[in-house]
Amino acid sequence: MTTAPVQAAPATVARTARTADRQPGARLVTRDLSACYGGFVAVRDVNLVIEPRAVTALIGPSGCGKSTVLRTLNRMHEVAPGAGVSGSVHLNGQDLYAPEVDPVNVRRTVGMVFQRPNPFPTMSVYENVVAGLRLGGTRRRRREHDDVVEEALRGAHLWHEVKDRLRRPGASLSGGQQQRLCIARAIAVRPAVLLMDEPCSALDPISTLAIEQLLASLRTDYTIVIVTHNMQQAARVSDTTAFFNVTEPGGPGRLVETGPTARMFTAPADPATADYLGGRFG
Amino acid sequence: MGTTPRLDPALATSPDEDASRQVLGPAERRGDQVFRAVSRGAAQLILLLLAAIALFLVWRAFPAFQANTASFLTTTAWFPDQDPPVFGIAALAFGTVLTAAVAMVLAVPVGYGIALFTVFYADRRVGAAAGFITDLLAAVPSIVFGLWGLAVLQPHLGGLGQWLNTYLGAIPLFRNDSGLYTKSILVAGIVLAIMVLPTVSALSREVFVRVPATHVEAALALGATRWEMVRASVLPFARPGMVSAAMLGLGRALGETIAVALVLSAAFDVSWQLSEPGGNTFAANIALKWNEAGPIGLSALIASGLVLFALTLAVNVTARAILARRARFSGGAA
Amino acid sequence: MSRVETYATAALVEDALRGQRLPGWAAPAAAGLAVMTALLLAVATPVDGVAGTAVVAVLLFVGLQTAWSVRVEGRRHAVDRLATTAVHAAFLAAVLPLLSVLVTLIAKGIRAMSGEFLTTSMRGVSPTSAGGGLYHALIGTLEQVGIAVLLAIPLGVLAAIYLVEYGQHAGHRGFARAVGFVVDVMTGVPSVVVGLFVYTALVLTLGLGRSGLAASVALTILMLPMVVRSCEEMLRVVPDELREASYALGVPRWRTIVRVVVPTAMGGIVTGAMLAVARAAGETAPLLLTTFLSKSVNADPTNGPQAALPTFLWDQIASSTPASVDRAWGAALVLVLVVTALYLTARILARTTGVKR
Repeated sequence: MTTAPVQAAPATVARTARTADRQPGARLVTRDLSACYGGFVAVRDVNLVIEPRAVTALIGPSGCGKSTVLRTLNRMHEVAPGAGVSGSVHLNGQDLYAPEVDPVNVRRTVGMVFQRPNPFPTMSVYENVVAGLRLGGTRRRRREHDDVVEEALRGAHLWHEVKDRLRRPGASLSGGQQQRLCIARAIAVRPAVLLMDEPCSALDPISTLAIEQLLASLRTDYTIVIVTHNMQQAARVSDTTAFFNVTEPGGPGRLVETGPTARMFTAPADPATADYLGGRFG
Repeated sequence: MGTTPRLDPALATSPDEDASRQVLGPAERRGDQVFRAVSRGAAQLILLLLAAIALFLVWRAFPAFQANTASFLTTTAWFPDQDPPVFGIAALAFGTVLTAAVAMVLAVPVGYGIALFTVFYADRRVGAAAGFITDLLAAVPSIVFGLWGLAVLQPHLGGLGQWLNTYLGAIPLFRNDSGLYTKSILVAGIVLAIMVLPTVSALSREVFVRVPATHVEAALALGATRWEMVRASVLPFARPGMVSAAMLGLGRALGETIAVALVLSAAFDVSWQLSEPGGNTFAANIALKWNEAGPIGLSALIASGLVLFALTLAVNVTARAILARRARFSGGAA
Repeated sequence: MSRVETYATAALVEDALRGQRLPGWAAPAAAGLAVMTALLLAVATPVDGVAGTAVVAVLLFVGLQTAWSVRVEGRRHAVDRLATTAVHAAFLAAVLPLLSVLVTLIAKGIRAMSGEFLTTSMRGVSPTSAGGGLYHALIGTLEQVGIAVLLAIPLGVLAAIYLVEYGQHAGHRGFARAVGFVVDVMTGVPSVVVGLFVYTALVLTLGLGRSGLAASVALTILMLPMVVRSCEEMLRVVPDELREASYALGVPRWRTIVRVVVPTAMGGIVTGAMLAVARAAGETAPLLLTTFLSKSVNADPTNGPQAALPTFLWDQIASSTPASVDRAWGAALVLVLVVTALYLTARILARTTGVKR
């Protein structure tokens, strides 16, 4: 974020982003957050605190609304027609849903990586990494771009594998490499928070391991929220775990409990958490 | 971003009702607003175009309606520039419908056959080739078909006309009292049939491709022959699409101009005898009379064009309505 | 005991599976027999001529095969064979006229082709005399189609973008559906009616005068719905994941459309546009109504009559002298070559633009 933001409130958001490089990092707090698609309430009344420079895992059975919660954190939820949100999400005290906040700026501050790797098929590896900068309208010199590309690809543990084929199409990489390319693309715009929506579910075990190692190194710089179906993965990579559940079919998902991962997996407070983590449902 | 998320009633009942609000008000970006307005304008222009076509034709046809001293609908003659003007569309309407009917009788079964061939009978490579051939047919400009019909097809149809007259002459359609077999509705109908063939076959091919594989496999697993499978699984599913494919073909046949203008003799009569010289259509008449028409003549041609517009519009709207209803039934977007 | 049972079962299975089918050589044999009989009849009876003999042969083949199949395989399989024959015949019915058109076109068109034909106009050439050419018509067609492309493609792509990218959202849905319906209906409006409209609107009402520009507008209206439809289909198959990826990077919606969605669909968009152009290039009727025939070169589309390939062809056919019919075939060949070139370009561009592989 080098250009001065135009509006007042986004400026706060942008400043938060820049200060994320130093301390104290970006803390996300949701208050009574509910989200719906059309008439269907996907998740209701979520009160969650996401600590900076740590990995928070959102887990729970299918349909519990964990992905929806993730998408409300950078206002991607409202991209779907008919989607709506109530409640609030605060990023270091700034409400992301305040009327004067531009969702475009929110998304530059809160980056996202998707379930399936989705590099832009018309672009090369290099262009994919700088896509956020170029398409976002930030004009920079070539040299700066080169630096950003190298830094982001190194950050995504991909530099050594692709440094000789930066001009090849992004889609020519393997699935695991594509996903790390998408992570590089996300961190190239220097967000404060990284959201990951089941980033390994389309990958093989080796690529999954690579991404998990990457997470461990990213957590020193970013606030990371990861949605995962895989309980072992949550146990391996996360500091905090939030368990979501849906009690009646077709009803809204709810946050059941949240806590340090170690405690959640050994001594959960809620019996539903114990049942889920013990493999009795889900 | 273009969307305005709204809260549904279920959420509004939550205790934090006051906290619920429209979340995306003024923050939509300038660029987005401009771009959406421009693209919406392009879409609006298309709506306006169709309305403008109807309006201008009605407006400019009006003087002819006023000047006409004969019945517009039942008169077969066309003398709009004489004093007093006498003209009507009876012969044109008859010729248009009859040529289109001949074309449909020939093109519809063949078109369905080609579509069945490409989807269910031919192996993949031959099927693709067949698709390519129908695409090529569609690519040949209509005036080239007209020239071919005149120079190549017409001389070959004399024999067919004679044969029909000799053996089926008892039926008025096939009788020929003139002894001449050129510039006939039969020639025009066959040329038209070849021209609408790609429309019928391409559209029904699209429907056949969408027949769920499970339907096909279910029939084959019951021991059906290929034809029984087609009858039991394909045709019921595809029927609405096939009907609308035929109707869209009909729309093309009704409006085709140049090929028909070249092979018809443009006579203003009402004759059922297909193989005799004669016949005329709305479109062909406009092309042929345009450069010699006076002010009322032009207006009269515009009036006949208006009728053609209404006719093809009705056919197309019906065809689309059949497809749209089908799309609702199957629950998906067609 | 168990051995007997096994034998019995095996026999049963064999019976059920094999049934009675015609051998593989049955169909060719029936065809051969039918053709031979038809040829014999052609010599011996008054039914002759290529077409007559062919029809007789086909009928004989169908009769023979059906009778044979009914005896050996039963009615169901006979009907199946009949249907198979009919479907193949339908395919032949499409191939024959196309072959005939192409063969005549090439044979007669090449005779008219010469350097003079391609580089001179019809200025001072009478319908009965040989010589002259279609240079003026080629210029006219290129200009008219070129202007139509410049008008129709941006408009069509923008409208398609509206339908796909904005049309699903609340408040736009009804309008988008109406536009989609009108686009469908517009594809069915006869070209001669579009010609009438442009004449009434531009020539009669705005006083533009018959010109290449009026013809371009008519071609634009004809191309527009085709461009919208194909472009819409291509935009719809762009995965939402790419849009989301772009939004998630903080890229505004319009930049996402312009820089991510449209480039991804570019191959298909270009193909669809070229096909529409190829269609428009061969249109005759709207040109007849909107720009007069002209015998000499007029490079200015905004002023005065301008020739075009289709109208040149029309004029030469109408003159119907041996010399003009020769020129007509030459022009028909050139027109088909132009259209085919556009089609082939479309196919090649579809492979090379857009998505990188």
